[in-house]
Amino acid sequence: MNSRQKNRIKDRAFKYLGIFSTSIGLILLTVFIGSIIKDGIGRIDWDFLTNLPSRKAEKAGILTALAGSVWLLVMTAIVSIPLGVAAAIHLEEYSRKTRWSSFLEINITNLAGVPSVIYGILGLQIFVRTMRFGGSLLAGAFTLALLILPIIIVTTREAIKAVPSSIKEASYGLGATKWQTIRHQVLPAAGGSIATGIILALSRAIGETAPVIIIGALAYVAFVPQSPTDEFTVLPIQIFNWVSRPDHAFVVNAAAGIIVLLAVTFMMNGIAVYLRHRWQNKVNW
Amino acid sequence: MKNYGFSIVVLVVVAMIGCQSGDSSVEGGLSGTINIDGSSTVFPVTEAVAEEFRSEAPDVRVTIGISGTGGGFKKFSRGETVISDASRPIKESEAKACREKNISYVELTVAYDGLAVVVNPQNDWALSLTTEELKKIWEPEAQGTIVKWNQVRETFPDEKLTLLGPGTASGTFDYFTKAIVGKSGSSRGDYMPSEDDHVLVQGVAGDKYALGFFGLAYFQENADKLKLVGVDAGSGPVKPSMETVKSGSYAPLSRPIFIYVNSDAATRPEVIEFVEFYLTHAASLVPDVGYIPLPDSEYTEQLTKFRNFVKSVNTTSESE
Repeated sequence: MNSRQKNRIKDRAFKYLGIFSTSIGLILLTVFIGSIIKDGIGRIDWDFLTNLPSRKAEKAGILTALAGSVWLLVMTAIVSIPLGVAAAIHLEEYSRKTRWSSFLEINITNLAGVPSVIYGILGLQIFVRTMRFGGSLLAGAFTLALLILPIIIVTTREAIKAVPSSIKEASYGLGATKWQTIRHQVLPAAGGSIATGIILALSRAIGETAPVIIIGALAYVAFVPQSPTDEFTVLPIQIFNWVSRPDHAFVVNAAAGIIVLLAVTFMMNGIAVYLRHRWQNKVNW
Repeated sequence: MKNYGFSIVVLVVVAMIGCQSGDSSVEGGLSGTINIDGSSTVFPVTEAVAEEFRSEAPDVRVTIGISGTGGGFKKFSRGETVISDASRPIKESEAKACREKNISYVELTVAYDGLAVVVNPQNDWALSLTTEELKKIWEPEAQGTIVKWNQVRETFPDEKLTLLGPGTASGTFDYFTKAIVGKSGSSRGDYMPSEDDHVLVQGVAGDKYALGFFGLAYFQENADKLKLVGVDAGSGPVKPSMETVKSGSYAPLSRPIFIYVNSDAATRPEVIEFVEFYLTHAASLVPDVGYIPLPDSEYTEQLTKFRNFVKSVNTTSESE
């Protein structure tokens, strides 16, 4: 009896500990978002989204930063998705379990934990200087692609691993080749999780500041980039720049910029949830 | 299937960008790109000029980075930028790097920057400090020994001295230590540093016995929360203001800030136009962003200096 009561108490205690831990995260997030929205929401209007940078806080807008972020995001996606997914397919389906492949695996996992500023330094030397891309969108996209490749590879592999082997065996049994099996069975089945992983990786890329500052993204750009070789600025840099100004009105601008950045991130996460949901409904075994 | 989600993103993006292009078709003006990088102290001035320059020459693309004075000169000496913002004159090592790459340049003074030494508004004893007293407070030897106000001057209260200042990476820190202690970067380590000037303002505003320093622009934005300390360099205490900085009497805590222009770029009409615009409009734009303009005669002088430089560059390039 006694031990049963004890266990009940422990059970309860653990439950409350869980609730407590969850609410810490939630409360912090609410306070943070709440204070940002309180500071910045009144500043957001069409002009704020479409104005060029300015020394006057009330005239300043985020057009070039927003356009730069979107350009960078799309280009990063174009570079990183094929590479990441292909690498994951290779590691999961084709490579044999040799020492070499487990060495590769460990390194890819470790790469996911390297500080982003290191990728910036790498990008500066390889893309900006050696390959002479300069401080262009191209250099930024390649650098960010390197940064999120490990994440894409790891999540894609997990997604492929989760496909039941009975599906694959059935496909082989019907005489399909390895590629046919991957193309028609594995990838469609894993698609939702792969897309989710990719989008979460990209939402990390859009918030990165350190690597893009290092490769030479600028603080003042008064034109929307027209091609991948143009110079650019991104939202986090614009926010950083505004926060460090003495005039309080710029801090309000920064809060408004943060709201826009958060909105973009939430939108992307929303797309991820939607995609996963759709795939789950489609694939029925 | 996977392509669907992605193409949605692309569509949204294309639509967003499509909304915004199509406003850059002014006929017959200057065009080209002017890449500028360098000090974050000079950035607001150059940004203000670039912003006004947009209405003068809308097709010229001006970009400004904030790599810091040293980082800016590094790019300048590689020929990656045509104008470098600097909060101090170029160092010999940097000038040498430029010579090695055959890059010549002209130095133009564009404004003054002042440092403010500030205390809490309730502080009624430290109305002014001599440069010796400031040195005594901030030099490396003061670490752990000068910890109370009455150690600075005997008439000051026997209270703990709280010190705040910019972090060691900032140009403001280099400048203050050079001007007060005598050697750039030489300071005591036991003060509260912050790269965020708002933190410094809050720190001083919230502690009766605090002393701090930062850019004059930040003081003007927060004048209601802080009190200026006069600085006495031997000829009586002087408080920083437009007048005392301009006249040079607020020494040694005011300094000129510069731009450097690459000579190759001085053959391009859009760069010449931009620099001339800079020097002719600085007087009205500089106060807007919290700095102190040069006297008008000085701007005329800088403009003449630049025009002579352009002339000399263009004659040598023609004769080659």
